[in-house]
Amino acid sequence: MQLQPKLIALQLLHLRNPALGEGLEEEMERDPRVCVMGEDVGHYGGSYKVTKGLATKFGDLRVLDTPIAENSFTGMGIGAAMTGLRPVVEGMNMGFLLLAFNQISNNCGMLHYTSGGQFTIPIVIRGPGGVGRQLGAEHSQRLESYFQSIPGIQMVACSTPYNAKGLMKAAIRSENPVILFEHVLLYNLKERIPDEDYICNLEEAELVRPGEDITILTYSRMRYHVMQAAKTLVNKGYDPEVIDIRSLKPFDLYTIGNSVKKTHRVLIVEECMRTGGIGASLTAAITENFHDYLDAPVMCLSSQDVPTPYAGTLEEWTVVQPAQIVTAVEQLCQ
Amino acid sequence: MAILWRRSRNIANRIRKCMNKGFMGCAVVNQSCWSSTFQSSSLSNLRPVPYQNSRYLRSLPWSRAALFSVLRSKSTVAEKQLDSFFSSDSDDDHRSLDFPGGKVTYTSEMNFITESSRMRVPCYRVLDDNGELIMGGDFQQVGKDVAVKMYSDMVTLQIMDNIFYEAQRQGRISFYLTSTGEEAISIASAAALTEQDIILPQYREPGVLLWRGFTLQEFANQCFGNNADYGKGRQMPIHYGSKKHNFITISSPIATQLPQAAGIAYSLKMDNKKACVVSYIGDGGTSEGDFHAGLNFAAVMEAPVIFFCRNNGWAISTNISEQFRSDGIVVKGRAYGIRSIRVDGNDALAIYSAVSAAREMAINEQRAILIEALTYRVGHHSTSDDSTKYRELDEIDYWKMARNPVNRFRKWVQNNGWWSEQQETEVRNSIRKQLLQAIQVAEKTEKPPLTELFSDVYDHPTSNLQEQEKQLRETISRHPKDYPSDVSV
Repeated sequence: MQLQPKLIALQLLHLRNPALGEGLEEEMERDPRVCVMGEDVGHYGGSYKVTKGLATKFGDLRVLDTPIAENSFTGMGIGAAMTGLRPVVEGMNMGFLLLAFNQISNNCGMLHYTSGGQFTIPIVIRGPGGVGRQLGAEHSQRLESYFQSIPGIQMVACSTPYNAKGLMKAAIRSENPVILFEHVLLYNLKERIPDEDYICNLEEAELVRPGEDITILTYSRMRYHVMQAAKTLVNKGYDPEVIDIRSLKPFDLYTIGNSVKKTHRVLIVEECMRTGGIGASLTAAITENFHDYLDAPVMCLSSQDVPTPYAGTLEEWTVVQPAQIVTAVEQLCQ
Repeated sequence: MAILWRRSRNIANRIRKCMNKGFMGCAVVNQSCWSSTFQSSSLSNLRPVPYQNSRYLRSLPWSRAALFSVLRSKSTVAEKQLDSFFSSDSDDDHRSLDFPGGKVTYTSEMNFITESSRMRVPCYRVLDDNGELIMGGDFQQVGKDVAVKMYSDMVTLQIMDNIFYEAQRQGRISFYLTSTGEEAISIASAAALTEQDIILPQYREPGVLLWRGFTLQEFANQCFGNNADYGKGRQMPIHYGSKKHNFITISSPIATQLPQAAGIAYSLKMDNKKACVVSYIGDGGTSEGDFHAGLNFAAVMEAPVIFFCRNNGWAISTNISEQFRSDGIVVKGRAYGIRSIRVDGNDALAIYSAVSAAREMAINEQRAILIEALTYRVGHHSTSDDSTKYRELDEIDYWKMARNPVNRFRKWVQNNGWWSEQQETEVRNSIRKQLLQAIQVAEKTEKPPLTELFSDVYDHPTSNLQEQEKQLRETISRHPKDYPSDVSV
């Protein structure tokens, strides 16, 4: 029975129960093995308040404040996962998880395989990332691409309150290690979401706007730049199909493929860097699989290959802006 | 910050009284570290406090494990200890600072704590070099059955190492790594634990698996990477792992298991289990960042972990003098607020006693313990190394013969009338035969089939992996001659 869906913020500072936090709370209630660890996740509630209120409710052992050592608390999460718990590890900023790269790559991704399937690692590694508003280079990293090759892990990126809660829950219930990329600028979104229990499939892409002329593939914050560009494009007479790929590893080539077969043109819009980004892999996958259906080469708009500058205008030019998306679509649809 | 004591003798006596009473139910093993902080020579009579044996500790009325089901203790032990040591005189109040962690007394004499104690931390041993019990020592008694099993497992490990090493030299396996000279460490420490205690090895502790019942055939299967290997042929030789033996699969990068130990201990705490985690590391591994963070975490989390450091003098070709400048690893325990002990790593009984006691403390008091075992890596680092290139043959020979842990323990077992020369010969011959047999069987066993290439990356293969497997199978069926015919698809 569906009650009136709640109006819920993806994250509203100082308010309890944002979508991510609610997803986490529901899973912690449902399964006593779920626990949270990270810096300042306890009574402080996390750097973006996702875990606010959880320590009071579940105790400060289940919502654990750790010393500052990313490699260590990720390693700790892996150890706990191998012996039956389901940890959710929070990186205060995804960029800091570069310090945990060794544990994520060498142990998280590998141990299920090297142990011959004896030890599973149902861990979720999550945190805020992406380019924010003048947070400086180290706090504005686009790291999805660094992790994408690691065998054994899954990666998803949330973009709305609805899919944030759904992906959080699905990631926690998954037996595989999942990295959940949240975006610093999306925590304040508001959306109505259902009251009943729901999860989003980790490997599925989301159709945001159906269309006929061109397939625009995007994820995380760039979805909003794309939708803004879409408004302009519609006014100009174009009919773009927008897909939020959500699953960064593996790609949902089924949904993407169906769209390509319909529109025959692909534009990828990502916040990742040009070199070796998610877009680069996606371009390769599409070209390899759907070459025959393409009327034009796959175009990929990515951020510049520079560390994110602090200055406002420079930062703006680092990432893809709606105007560029409009121009690219016009170019592709000639 | 240096602390100078004027009324040092009184303070020293007060400390000793607190220690002997078992302040907070804890007995600290040695106090010689303190002597460096005292400038007065009258304190040379501050003797190390003898360790209270495990019978005393078991009588503790309370277990802190129950407290951790919801809340962790907010205070630190350091805070409580410092409060008791350094206060009580009223005129001290304006000469001290109330700082998080406890009162800190001021001093107007500028003194740096010396970088090393006058005396190195002493090394706990039970048997002398001839395998005779040292009179008046503390130790945990070992019965005949356990002693005989310990000894025969040490012999098995020795022979296993020799034979597998030879097998690598003959090209039958690709790699091997021996525990020669360190047999007492893995066997005796395993003997002091229970099956529920979870092991996070580095890579030189197969003796623990051996003690727990891993068969020679199972060892051989892993080294040959055949179909019967629990790891399904995915790891290089000696990277054993067995869930049923609570032995986590070995991962090559050094020290990564130390933070994981805190995680497993966390898991045990949540389940309120009466078990601990034992994580092994070498002397070289203590230089890794994960050593620092793993110990720090375990201390803060009040995790029941035993960190067992095998200080065998060498990290491949790096001698310990080039690895660190502290007095070994035992002194580092205090830096993290962790109790520590230095033991003779070639004395099986000392290791057994120390690990038994450490386990009691770890579980009953929910704390981490650090054990440093002094030993020597008699063999090369691995089959990829020739240690004669960087160390003296005399040195190797000395430790191999005069300080051999297996011989030493045998003397004790024999003197008790529990072992004979005849049994020695029988056991050695039998193990040798079994090993050669195991190798033959393992060599002939099929290698894992193609289906095991893509399984276990995830719980179910993802679409991209299914795609890759399909393509690979197509390629193999088109060019069967380019693929090994004896591996099934």
